[in-house]
Amino acid sequence: MIKYAIRRILISIPILLTVVTLIFFLVRSMPGGPAVAMLGDYASKEAVEALEKEMGLDIPIQQQYLVFLKSLSRGDLGKSLITGMPIAPQVARVLPYTLELTISSALFGVFFGIPLGVFTALRRNRMFDYIGRTFSLAGISLPSFFLGILMMLIFSVKLDLFPVVGGGDIHDLAGSLHHLFLPGLTLGLMMTAYITRTTRSSVLNVLREDYVRTARAKGLRERIVIYGHTLRNALLPVVSFVGVYTIVLIGSSVLVEIVFSRPGLGKMMVGAIGQRDYMTLQSVMVVYASWVVIINLLTDLSYGLIDPRIRYD
Amino acid sequence: MNERRNLWRTFKNNKTGVVGAVMALVVLLTAVFAFLISPYDPLDQDVFHRLTPPERSHPLGTDEYGRDVLSRIIWGTQISLTVGFISVLLGMIMGTAMGVVAGYRGGWTDTLIMRMVDVMLSFPTLITGIMVAAILGSGLVKLIITIGIVFAPRFVRMAYGPTLAVKELEYVSSAKVIGASSFRIIIRHILPNIFGEIIVAGTLWMGTAIMIEASLSFLGLGVSPPTPTWGNMIKSGMDVLSNAPWLSLFPGLSILITILAFNMIGDSLRDIADPKLRA
Repeated sequence: MIKYAIRRILISIPILLTVVTLIFFLVRSMPGGPAVAMLGDYASKEAVEALEKEMGLDIPIQQQYLVFLKSLSRGDLGKSLITGMPIAPQVARVLPYTLELTISSALFGVFFGIPLGVFTALRRNRMFDYIGRTFSLAGISLPSFFLGILMMLIFSVKLDLFPVVGGGDIHDLAGSLHHLFLPGLTLGLMMTAYITRTTRSSVLNVLREDYVRTARAKGLRERIVIYGHTLRNALLPVVSFVGVYTIVLIGSSVLVEIVFSRPGLGKMMVGAIGQRDYMTLQSVMVVYASWVVIINLLTDLSYGLIDPRIRYD
Repeated sequence: MNERRNLWRTFKNNKTGVVGAVMALVVLLTAVFAFLISPYDPLDQDVFHRLTPPERSHPLGTDEYGRDVLSRIIWGTQISLTVGFISVLLGMIMGTAMGVVAGYRGGWTDTLIMRMVDVMLSFPTLITGIMVAAILGSGLVKLIITIGIVFAPRFVRMAYGPTLAVKELEYVSSAKVIGASSFRIIIRHILPNIFGEIIVAGTLWMGTAIMIEASLSFLGLGVSPPTPTWGNMIKSGMDVLSNAPWLSLFPGLSILITILAFNMIGDSLRDIADPKLRA
């Protein structure tokens, strides 16, 4: 396992490097370059040159790339083009809000989705299954921002139970939970829908396996067939899907942060695009990229931990 | 022929699929006949009837400029479906071409294309879309290109595997031996083998494409007002959510119905394709 883990961690490094490189060149491939994109097509040549100098765009691109990598490795994300403030502390301020939102909703989805998926599979084509399937189909078809708006209309506008906007103080537990509830529930329900569907089909697949039929044929009690033979195998692929869906969730968190005006990476990114602050955009993308790479790494590691076959590939 | 009839019968008996197909048809007809069924001009402002709640003359109410919400949703259907269709088609063409070339050529072309695809696919689709949209800028054509780029990697991956498999088959080597060009082999012998699967996947991904279009428009990165899209209608409705919830609710329901239709068709196709599930 340790050998597998080390190998897997080492593979993440070139992946991260590729993503970061891609982001760097994408930002620089903007029509006219980032400086023109920021100042507009009618900016004077001097203004563009001055800004390019400030952004470090006046040196050859290979050198820019090296400078970029060097400062990244020190944890320096550069300065915002609008405020002139260093970006890293801003990221550090909003990141906990996004982490709190996505992690809690991922856990919510695992906690409710897996049992729901198992029960709907075991009661296939009965009332409970139909309700569960309808719920999960609706859940994957609802855009997260629309679900968020519905939550807001019901719980904040009509019932006045939860705050409409903001993220609360991250150090005040009760306050931040109060602010977290609706956005967390929005993403949590989506995650539940995804996981329910995957779990259900995975359990159904395993129930058709020969070894399950054998277990039944030799007269084992149904409980042992389900818990001992079916679930252990059925839940294996669910682990990797939890990773995949968490990444989908990170995408949706951008929309939910906008709907609830919650501080976070997504709000920072959309704000940066609105202000044409390409340095901030680039930095936020790098943070998202590292996060995605870490989740993929954790998914693979946990998969290797529970399924020994993976380690020997 | 018989087999086709059997498949049709299986599909007909699959209630989810039939309901989904009917819903998709209704959405499609709404888009095609928007000019006939839309009660008002979607851009006509009426300052005397601003933010009217749903009533007889405006079944879904009016917005902050007094424009009829129902008419705007009907015309928005056209934009959503157009963007969904053309962008997936674009992604399909770009992705399939790259996937076939990567699989057929092998070597560093293969490595380069497939590593890029791996990286793009590991990213949340929406965040890739936001990044590309931020770089390309907003507007209908740029939005279509953005979503096309976002979808291309999925098609690359779909086309790549089968190309690798087909490439090794005897009839491809025979074609090479008698002097067929790579282009001819790809067009005549490889593409026909992988086309069916790709078309089906593309049809189903239209739902996802429509979802991304709505999300980008909601963020202000898609088609800009006054042209109505479901996403930008929800966005502008957000400002008056507590007073005029219908502005966001009805476009949202339209998105839900459309995507639900595609997902229902997708689910039933999956059931049909897997005979074990039929029992």
